[in-house]
Amino acid sequence: MLWNTLLLAMRAIRRNVMRSFLTVLGIVIGVAAVITMVTLGNGATKSVSDQISSMGSNMLIVTPGQRFGPGSEAAPRFKSPDVEAIRNQINAVERVAPMVNKTATAVYQANNWSTVINGSSNDYFQAGNWELAGGRAFSEVEEGAGKAVCVIGETVRNKLFGRQNPVGSEIRIKQFSCEVVGLLKAKGQSAMGQDQDDVVVMPLRTVQRRLTGSQDINRLTISVKDGASIDAVKNQLTLLMRERRNIGENEEDDFRVMDTRQIAETLTSTTKILTMLLGAVAAVSLLVGGIGIMNIMLVSVTERTREIGIRLAIGALEREVLLQFLIEAVVLSSLGGLVGITLATGASIVLARLMGVPYIFDIGINLLSFIFSAAIGVIFGFFPARRAAGLNPIDALRHE
Amino acid sequence: MSSEPLIHLSGITKTYGSGQAEFQALKGIDISIEAGDFVAIMGHSGSGKSTTMNILGCLDTPTSGSYRFMGAQVERMSRNQRALLRRHFLGFIFQGFNLLSRTTALENVELPLIYRGEPAASRHGAARAALKQVGLQEWEHHTPAELSGGQQQRVAIARAIVTRPAVLLADEPTGNLDTRTSEEIMELIATFNREHGITVLMVTHEPDMAAYAKRVISFVDGKVESDTRNGEEA
Repeated sequence: MLWNTLLLAMRAIRRNVMRSFLTVLGIVIGVAAVITMVTLGNGATKSVSDQISSMGSNMLIVTPGQRFGPGSEAAPRFKSPDVEAIRNQINAVERVAPMVNKTATAVYQANNWSTVINGSSNDYFQAGNWELAGGRAFSEVEEGAGKAVCVIGETVRNKLFGRQNPVGSEIRIKQFSCEVVGLLKAKGQSAMGQDQDDVVVMPLRTVQRRLTGSQDINRLTISVKDGASIDAVKNQLTLLMRERRNIGENEEDDFRVMDTRQIAETLTSTTKILTMLLGAVAAVSLLVGGIGIMNIMLVSVTERTREIGIRLAIGALEREVLLQFLIEAVVLSSLGGLVGITLATGASIVLARLMGVPYIFDIGINLLSFIFSAAIGVIFGFFPARRAAGLNPIDALRHE
Repeated sequence: MSSEPLIHLSGITKTYGSGQAEFQALKGIDISIEAGDFVAIMGHSGSGKSTTMNILGCLDTPTSGSYRFMGAQVERMSRNQRALLRRHFLGFIFQGFNLLSRTTALENVELPLIYRGEPAASRHGAARAALKQVGLQEWEHHTPAELSGGQQQRVAIARAIVTRPAVLLADEPTGNLDTRTSEEIMELIATFNREHGITVLMVTHEPDMAAYAKRVISFVDGKVESDTRNGEEA
């Protein structure tokens, strides 16, 4: 009975090519959309957390103001003595990289490029996990005297020098020229989507004197010695800064100390929310696909009811008719699910490469969307048939 | 020869709806039909002839009364038992042909054999033979849409007789066909009755078609009005 019913189901699928195709299409679209979206979202989350862990887990970032964005300007900046105090008074601190930045246009011959000028020390390279692709870092004399030297990122090199070696050339920034002493190894996009290589690094003092015209430091990046407790350092740092900034006991901090774990949590929770959002959008398309299937099945219900009547009249048992319709629905839904998964895998791999995020196969979402779409196919394919097969054969035959 | 007739209806009634809208389509039908007979059931629309036919074909159930088929009490059978009775003993021809659309003539004729569980080889052979008997051996791979009305009815006949049923039930088999084609179809049905001993029950309202039958039962208003043998008396 099973074999014969299978034969009948296959004949019915082949006979109604258009209906079968549309049913499969509805499932394919839904399944492919959900899997692709969620896979890409997972890839993005993974790439963010990878990048954060590449920053190192033993870092602290200190910024003035209690929060980011507008309002933080009100809080006083840090000064060079702050950097020295942290270095000398907290034992577990390995490096302190001060940072001040300013947007400026760099010019080389006929080329110019607007970029970010970061003023810092050699600690900047260690604390930021930067490596040099060519040339050297700053010398102590250059740092101390605030000489006009700079290390440039790959994007800046590309815009100003093309493929040429920039080391030894002079670029002009505002009114002064500056010798390129080093080239940073390319890092690509940051977790926030910024181009990390679009940067020019100069000694702190150079930027303070020639560009910002003040002793202000915008940010401190602090690396903690291996094995030391980050939380302990964070507490010491907070106490020290409160003392140096004369913050009374009942007043709040006017600066903020973040560790990379915290940043990681913030960023990954953001991308997770985005993944869920994308998943929700895709789920709508799964639903729309399901409604499409429902429409096809309901439109064909008259024809199918008469077909059921004919089958019953020539001696089919109710359960044989139902089994046939169930097999049809399962075959079409599974086919749609498999094609959808194949399509989603291909699309995810290609899109992940284009977006520069890793491709991660998530068995859970594959199974979930497959089961959901199969359920839609079976429910809408099978239940109208069940109603029809329960009719008197003559009523099914006369169905208008 | 058993004393029991092939088919025996007694006191069959059929009521549609309930309360105010109640309509009694059959008001107590008693008919006996012997094996090998060719019976035409005549009457105007609403006379109950089609309802009787559907009950005889186990496509519908009577409200009350007794229906014995080969001695078995049909009104006590379950849905599945009635389906098996149709599968093994009955063949149907309808006014609207009722072939599966987009399905070749051969596959349509094969269908009852599939439900009987016949193996593929004998199924194909039997279906081809049945199509040949109705003169459509050249048309086995055509779908109903590619066939004329007469050809579609021939396919339906082939589908009905491919299982060699005891009874062939034909509900207005020529109702959708022109006169010439109708005659051909009636010849075909008469041949199966004559040469293969298949009992034929046919509903029609055309006296020309009823003339092919051996026995004519006329229905008026849910009751049998007359029951005559052709050739005995007009």
